[in-house]
Amino acid sequence: MDAVAVTNLAKSFGSGATRRNALKGISLRLPAGTMTALIGPDGAGKTTMLRTLAGILTPDTGEVSVLGHRLPKEALALQRRIGYMPQHFGLYEDLSVQENLTLFADLHGIARNARDGRFADLLTMTALGPFRKRLAGQLSGGMKQKLGLACTLVHPPELLLLDEASVGVDPISRREIWGIIREQVVTHGITILLSTAYMDEAERCDRVIILHEGEILARGRPAEISAPLEGRSFLFELPENISAAPRTLQSRMAGLPGVIDTVIQANGLRIVMEQPGPPAVPADLGSHGTLKPSPPRLEDAFVSLLYGRVRRHVIAAPRETGASDGTVVIEVHDLYRYFGDFPAVKGVSFSVRKGEIFGLLGANGAGKSTTFRMLCGLLPSSSGTLRVAGLDLRKAPAATRARIGYVSQRFSLYTALSVKQNMEFFASAYGLQNQKKKSRIARALEEFELTAYVATNAGDLPLGYKQRLALACALMHEPDIVFLDEPTSGVDPLARREFWTRLNALAREGTTCLVTTHFLEEAEYCDRLVLMSLGEVLAQGTPSEIKAAVRRPDEPAPGMEDAFISIIEEHERTSRRAS
Amino acid sequence: MIMMRLMGLIRKEAYEIVRDPSSIAIAFILPLALLFIFGYGVSLDARDIPIAVVVDHPTTLTASFVGELQCSPWFHPTSYPSEARAEQAVMDGHAAAIVWLRSDFTRLALSSSHAPIHVIVNGVDANQARIIENYVNGAWLAWLKQRAVIQGMRLSAPVAAEARVWFNPAMRSRDYLVPGLIAIIMTLIGALLTALVVAREWERGTMEGIMVTPAGKMELLLGKLIPYFVLGMGGMLFSTIMAVFLFRVPLRGSIAVLIACSSLFLLTALGMGLLISILARSQFVAGMVAIVATFLPAFILSGFLFDIHSMPRVVQLLTHVIAARYFVGILQTVFLAGDIRTIIVSNCLGLGILCLLFLGLAIIRFRKRLD
Repeated sequence: MDAVAVTNLAKSFGSGATRRNALKGISLRLPAGTMTALIGPDGAGKTTMLRTLAGILTPDTGEVSVLGHRLPKEALALQRRIGYMPQHFGLYEDLSVQENLTLFADLHGIARNARDGRFADLLTMTALGPFRKRLAGQLSGGMKQKLGLACTLVHPPELLLLDEASVGVDPISRREIWGIIREQVVTHGITILLSTAYMDEAERCDRVIILHEGEILARGRPAEISAPLEGRSFLFELPENISAAPRTLQSRMAGLPGVIDTVIQANGLRIVMEQPGPPAVPADLGSHGTLKPSPPRLEDAFVSLLYGRVRRHVIAAPRETGASDGTVVIEVHDLYRYFGDFPAVKGVSFSVRKGEIFGLLGANGAGKSTTFRMLCGLLPSSSGTLRVAGLDLRKAPAATRARIGYVSQRFSLYTALSVKQNMEFFASAYGLQNQKKKSRIARALEEFELTAYVATNAGDLPLGYKQRLALACALMHEPDIVFLDEPTSGVDPLARREFWTRLNALAREGTTCLVTTHFLEEAEYCDRLVLMSLGEVLAQGTPSEIKAAVRRPDEPAPGMEDAFISIIEEHERTSRRAS
Repeated sequence: MIMMRLMGLIRKEAYEIVRDPSSIAIAFILPLALLFIFGYGVSLDARDIPIAVVVDHPTTLTASFVGELQCSPWFHPTSYPSEARAEQAVMDGHAAAIVWLRSDFTRLALSSSHAPIHVIVNGVDANQARIIENYVNGAWLAWLKQRAVIQGMRLSAPVAAEARVWFNPAMRSRDYLVPGLIAIIMTLIGALLTALVVAREWERGTMEGIMVTPAGKMELLLGKLIPYFVLGMGGMLFSTIMAVFLFRVPLRGSIAVLIACSSLFLLTALGMGLLISILARSQFVAGMVAIVATFLPAFILSGFLFDIHSMPRVVQLLTHVIAARYFVGILQTVFLAGDIRTIIVSNCLGLGILCLLFLGLAIIRFRKRLD
């Protein structure tokens, strides 16, 4: 029995020149009791697909049947039987955890005597029991997401639709959320369709569907999809105490002929080739580590499938000018920031050297953005010292400010201005004039491959391009230091790769880069980083130092995520002992 | 099942209203502020108008005229030594008019019957200027009458106007402003607050989550209508109590008629609020549209502040699509005149048509869909 049967589904938005086809004739079937992942770059149509199956979008053409109900006609009858968790699950923030659950129990018409047992189960599963009376608005990002999931599960659904349920949450909550989802399939036999930006999550599903620009590129079991990659995936193992930074090795590897993807991972570089056969590694490069064949992963397949469809971004070889000479350019000491009684940042200290890529890692609400805003002089600190380029930016003259660039979390671009107009505005704002302005804009357009979008309004750009434009604008005046606040949030794996390549090139030119991110695997791209949780720095150092600190006999090669989890757990144990 | 869903939605809305400071501000604090401003602050009455009096040559005659002005409840006269100084006072806003008795006033008054009184009125506020003009005339007539009595003569004016003010005999503007405020307050709660809270559900994404539940369209709409209906009627009750007991506005009509008409108006306002929030899915846009399309017209074009009959013909026609117009008419009638059937029925008819239109459109346009 198929839980979902879709034939020739098409859906478009807008009209006339701005008409955009989100789904182009999709046909798919989901057998009951299976778990399917929907993956694809931004704007592939994942959300549109899920919304259509939830009965809140009307298809233009095609037949959609979900649990035997024809859509859109029988949407209401279907909605009694499914659970749907939108991308930003809107909890009622003025309602407590318990009141949110009760509301959804009321809406699903669950008998009062059947409720208490279900609530108790869900609260145990999500570990939200102690927070029953807390207002949803005061929960952390991970807890909110778990509560959202609990609300969709109040009435055991037959089909569960999840739109990026674990995006932006801390790794512990992510594991918990994944555990809850898994249990629904195993013990309750629920059919699940979920979209995700995490390839490791997709890999754990029964089936995977890869969407690209409204079309299905591939479908099948994860192993089936990655099978054609056999013989094309390699691991360049690096010893523990390597001499060169992995990111320098990575950029050289990426330039080798036939290489389509390189990723820094826990124990080395992952390399994917266009054709079977190992890359021709030059001797001087080869001496840094050992090249081994590796079983292909879903992510390799994903990248190779999209390789060629999405234009490959060649980044001009950076000029190796003033690389890191060890000068400290940013110094933070015992920094505090309170919002009312709430300490958002508690005693943070670190220093950043010239030409480094320095990461602030942590889940949403860890205090990364607050620290950042204080560094950029956008927010006064409650106490502590901070010096950027030797000056406190809050008191510094405009001339000093001109030496920094800032990309804010939501890419503060003018959505009603075109790409070119945005660039012109930022160039003027930084005091560039005439020929210099013209040449900088021309170079930025070319460097960031935005030439095709010159006249497009920034608001209409795909997310990955918005990110590029924001970066281009922030770099318009060639600053010494760039601050990037969650630049990869919500951006697909391809755009994220490209982003890190660009950052790599910038750092090699001597620009100091400060980046916040909640993608822990991105830590590997940083020279040094701090791990933050609830306003405190839990660990700092190079990625290998941080991982080495948590290495145990039972966990010989921990990834950054494992490291983060064990550091947080250790921190919780000590703070409990202290109190 | 249906009751359970509806009660769940209503309970949720109640929690949100109580816990959200912005709802409380719009539902309670703004109405209170408006009541106090219009109850105590704003007055359209001409009372204690500051006027400048210039007497070039004081005599007993001029003193008795100035005394008449001083006794008048409408004026608060201040003496100035010269016309130029009085003019400066008008310029500075210290006086609204100048009454100038020239040096020859006494002589002319005694020798002939043509003694001019020079009156200069600041015409910027045309309404007040007209009132001042009339009141000075009135004061002058009263003075003449008094002099005649003293001299043992009857002043023989051929025609005498005996004005009697109906419905608001004390001519207190508060008595017709405060009932009208009820319409404003209910527009605030019914249209502005409702539009904002529904738009907020879109913005925060709660609407998307709630759509994919078994709750039907009517349940979702009733779940919004009922709580804000109760809140709006609460606002009405509160304003009425304030009006009657604090501001001493008479309530001549029946409470039943007041409640029935208020319910009808509130439903219309809720219909507008829901319709706005369906068309505008962000709080900012919904708020702006609600203010421009409901609140400002209720303020300006409803007859609450400005008499509809003295508006240009085109604007008068326009007021027919403004629900508050009918309700202000009803309120002023019920409070100041009583249950006058013809006025109430015709206004209710207008309200009823608008109510069906807005609520109907909201019901038709509201869909459990994102597109």
